[in-house]
Amino acid sequence: MSEEQYNRRDFLKIAGTVTAATAVTLAGCSGKERFSRGGTMELPTGEMTYRTAKNGDRISLLGYGMMRLPTTNNKSALELDDEIDQEMVNSLVDEALKYGVNYFDTSPAYCKGRSEASLGIALKRHPRDKYYIATKLSNFAESTWSREESIKIYEKSFKDLQVDVIDYMLLHGIGMGEDGMKVFNSRYIDNGILDFLLEERKKGKIRNLGFSYHGDIAVFDHALSMDVDWDFVQIQLNYVDWKHAKEVNTRNTNAEYLYGELEKRNIPAIIMEPLLGGRLARIDNRKALNKLKAADPEATPAIWAMRYAGNPSGVLTVLSGMTFREHLRENLRTYSPLKPLSAQELDLLEDVAQTMLSYKTIPCNTCQYCMPCPYGLDIPSIFVHYNKCINEEKYITDETDKNYIQARREFLIGYDRTVPRLRQADHCIGCNKCSPHCPQRIDIPGEMKKIDRFVEMLKRQGGTTTV
Amino acid sequence: MTRNSSWLKTARIILAALMFAAVTILFLDFTGLVHVWLGWTAKIQFLPALLALNFGIVIVMLIVTAVLGRIYCSVVCPMGIMQDIIAWFSTRSKKKRQKYHYTKAKNILRYIVLGVFAVLMTAGLNSIAILIAPYSAYGRIAQNLFAPVYRAGNNLLAYIAERMDSYAFYPTEIWIRSLSTFILSLITIAVIGVLAWRGGRTWCNTICPVGTLLGFISKHALFKPVIDKDKCVHCHACEKRCKASCIDSEHQTIDASRCVACMNCISNCHIGAIQYKMTWFNKKTWFKNRSEQSDENKSHECPDSSANEASQTNTESAEVSTARRGFILSLPAFALSSVAAAQDKLTDGGMAVLKPRQQPDRGEFSLVPAGSGSYRNLTTRCTGCQLCVANCPNGVLRPASSLRHLMQPEMGFDKGFCRPECTRCSEVCPTGAIQRVSPAEKSSIQIGHAVWEKSICLSSSEGTKCGNCARHCPNGAIEMIEIDGPNGEKVEVPSIDDGRCIGCGACEYVCPVRPISAIHVVGHEVHTEI
Repeated sequence: MSEEQYNRRDFLKIAGTVTAATAVTLAGCSGKERFSRGGTMELPTGEMTYRTAKNGDRISLLGYGMMRLPTTNNKSALELDDEIDQEMVNSLVDEALKYGVNYFDTSPAYCKGRSEASLGIALKRHPRDKYYIATKLSNFAESTWSREESIKIYEKSFKDLQVDVIDYMLLHGIGMGEDGMKVFNSRYIDNGILDFLLEERKKGKIRNLGFSYHGDIAVFDHALSMDVDWDFVQIQLNYVDWKHAKEVNTRNTNAEYLYGELEKRNIPAIIMEPLLGGRLARIDNRKALNKLKAADPEATPAIWAMRYAGNPSGVLTVLSGMTFREHLRENLRTYSPLKPLSAQELDLLEDVAQTMLSYKTIPCNTCQYCMPCPYGLDIPSIFVHYNKCINEEKYITDETDKNYIQARREFLIGYDRTVPRLRQADHCIGCNKCSPHCPQRIDIPGEMKKIDRFVEMLKRQGGTTTV
Repeated sequence: MTRNSSWLKTARIILAALMFAAVTILFLDFTGLVHVWLGWTAKIQFLPALLALNFGIVIVMLIVTAVLGRIYCSVVCPMGIMQDIIAWFSTRSKKKRQKYHYTKAKNILRYIVLGVFAVLMTAGLNSIAILIAPYSAYGRIAQNLFAPVYRAGNNLLAYIAERMDSYAFYPTEIWIRSLSTFILSLITIAVIGVLAWRGGRTWCNTICPVGTLLGFISKHALFKPVIDKDKCVHCHACEKRCKASCIDSEHQTIDASRCVACMNCISNCHIGAIQYKMTWFNKKTWFKNRSEQSDENKSHECPDSSANEASQTNTESAEVSTARRGFILSLPAFALSSVAAAQDKLTDGGMAVLKPRQQPDRGEFSLVPAGSGSYRNLTTRCTGCQLCVANCPNGVLRPASSLRHLMQPEMGFDKGFCRPECTRCSEVCPTGAIQRVSPAEKSSIQIGHAVWEKSICLSSSEGTKCGNCARHCPNGAIEMIEIDGPNGEKVEVPSIDDGRCIGCGACEYVCPVRPISAIHVVGHEVHTEI
């Protein structure tokens, strides 16, 4: 490891623990995601809100998601080959534990398969009774659907996490796939894996069993109707998905329904995507952002979204993938303790959701589940650029519009800047290997064709001058 | 008198600087904006105008030469001006400003080179001849050596602009379009650089066919610098500063066939003994010069180093290109296995590796742009100046490596395809090798046709639904149809309407099969209208 990396890490450590100025600068350097407000404020000790699980576990309302671990390159490890910054992971985990977080959520699929081991190293340094570990049986690939391969994944989780008992085990992403029901049966029923896991629960190897759900609602309903005593269920919930999941994507289901079904059955809900993959933390749409700022100029959009996700009493914990210390601290403050939302505030968030939806962006949150595209497309980056242009009103099809020429130039230049030519939408062949992996159920090939047609139209209208 | 003379030199330098900048920027600009204003500077170049059968310009140039001498070589030809620049640095760095001396004209060599050049051009063996064509040799240098630097500068600005959220600059790709042409341009600038550094206009007055041709006329030009023998004090200042080495101060004569009318001698003569003046009615000088020419030297088999080296490289690159073709032909076998590498997803994220594209075999007549009319028209008129290559916004045009049309443009679709709305190459070409076409005309000019490779196409070989070629064909020449697959199942394959295909390469560019596309364009000898 180079000296330079050490220096930078030292810098990060110091910067992370001292003055507001440093903290703000750091947040500015490390990405546009979120800013820590009031870095000088003491972090509140012992004020974290806790909720009680079926078995009496006291779970912190803030759960630590391990999908986007920090790297030595100061980025999130989600899509990168960069080395995970273990020292930083340790330090973040230490701080989270110190201020009351006790739920850590990972999966064998996260960070290109390196998340569990990294979390294992960080937690091994603390007493086992101070935290709960949640992981998943992520047998997505068809090659891992057999009983033997699935159990291999399961056993590897224990080894990587360096534990004998897993507190929370999830069937991962049921409802996903082109035929959600068929895939669900192949992954967990026909091979006897669900029975195996129930057996493991009986033996005490697993303390709680649940599932996370994305996609086909029939699978969700079916799983709840099964004769299985689910200890918890993980669903996507935020102020957009509450009532407007269908508007974002017709194949999605409103969180209002999902949560309602769980509430009926007294099943605690674990919340994922409280920030809709970051889209509610950094609101690109200026109008929507200003509405939040008008209500509370000092609160960041992330604070609003986290308060919303933790608001329902049936929520056990809200998962947030906190790559940077600023994210962690902001969330710690938001939930220490949770300030429930008033009816007025709930109305405001509904209004903000509607404003955001009036811009027809693609609901991609760059989770990278669709990647790698076998034909080399950079799917999330294409959507990022497209959405940016929609929100900045640079998607203009009318040649007579007075902003058309400038918007066209910015769309095309920005497209080439964001995505290399050979990875752009025109290279999509429509094989649809991506869509079944999309938790947002975006019709990726369809959107690619739409963007491709738009770009082609812009180019044709340019004549000999490129942009 | 002296005041008047230095004005001439200053005017020459200003005009030359403007012209040089204008021609050079044509090769540097990639936005397509500059050629609208400055495109004419390439079109008034002598050889291109001659090849374009642009007789108006040719006649004007000949008349100008007949009246004023070879000022073309001093203020129009970018190669000449570049040599002046190199020579100027040479005199600066050597700290002795008077370094030249008179040499006798190597007329036999000059005439042989001109003759061979003319024969090769008329015989259609341009690819060898154009190595010494002055404007296009400069164009190759500008495109291969100067443009990358310019583009790198632009990319730096684009990088800064991007971080400032500005769209004033956008990045452009820097790539060597053809290794052989790149090396030839390096050799050219090395040879010319050495010659200019050591002897000023040596190249213009021994090798350059345009220089030799214009020399026939300038010898009898109406205006030329003349030494006043009565005033001359034999100080040799003029000779020592004559980069054309054409002033014989011993005998007080100037060889007007080699004089490029730079006016340096005039401003250097302290006593004003040299004047740029009318000569036709001054019988004395007239006859003097004529008799002077007749006893020029006979031998001097100066080895034509540039031509020799160049032709050697030609042979080498030809070998390389055949070797590559063999390699390419063996590729389809591998292509199949590599396509199937659509990985099974185990974890999230990452980016599939894209194999670099290999050029397919485009048949006997490689693919040349719409407006060329025919392979023959392009190869016989193109001087390989690279102006079209430098201007192609789609990364399609690149100089050919095959000996038959070395350095002349051909098309490849690894970085883009020949977009239907773009006619830029036809607008910039100064020689008429690519004639001007409108986008509407272009959409009906068939330059080649698409050929489908059943064995490697995703649809037919592994039954993957694709149809990307059909989706992107701007002329609607491709439709997907169902046929029986290898195992009896139905598969979709492209049905190509050859009559509608114009050979734009959109299908080849977007084809997912790598390294060789499962659909590629083969060039036609003669372009036809569909």
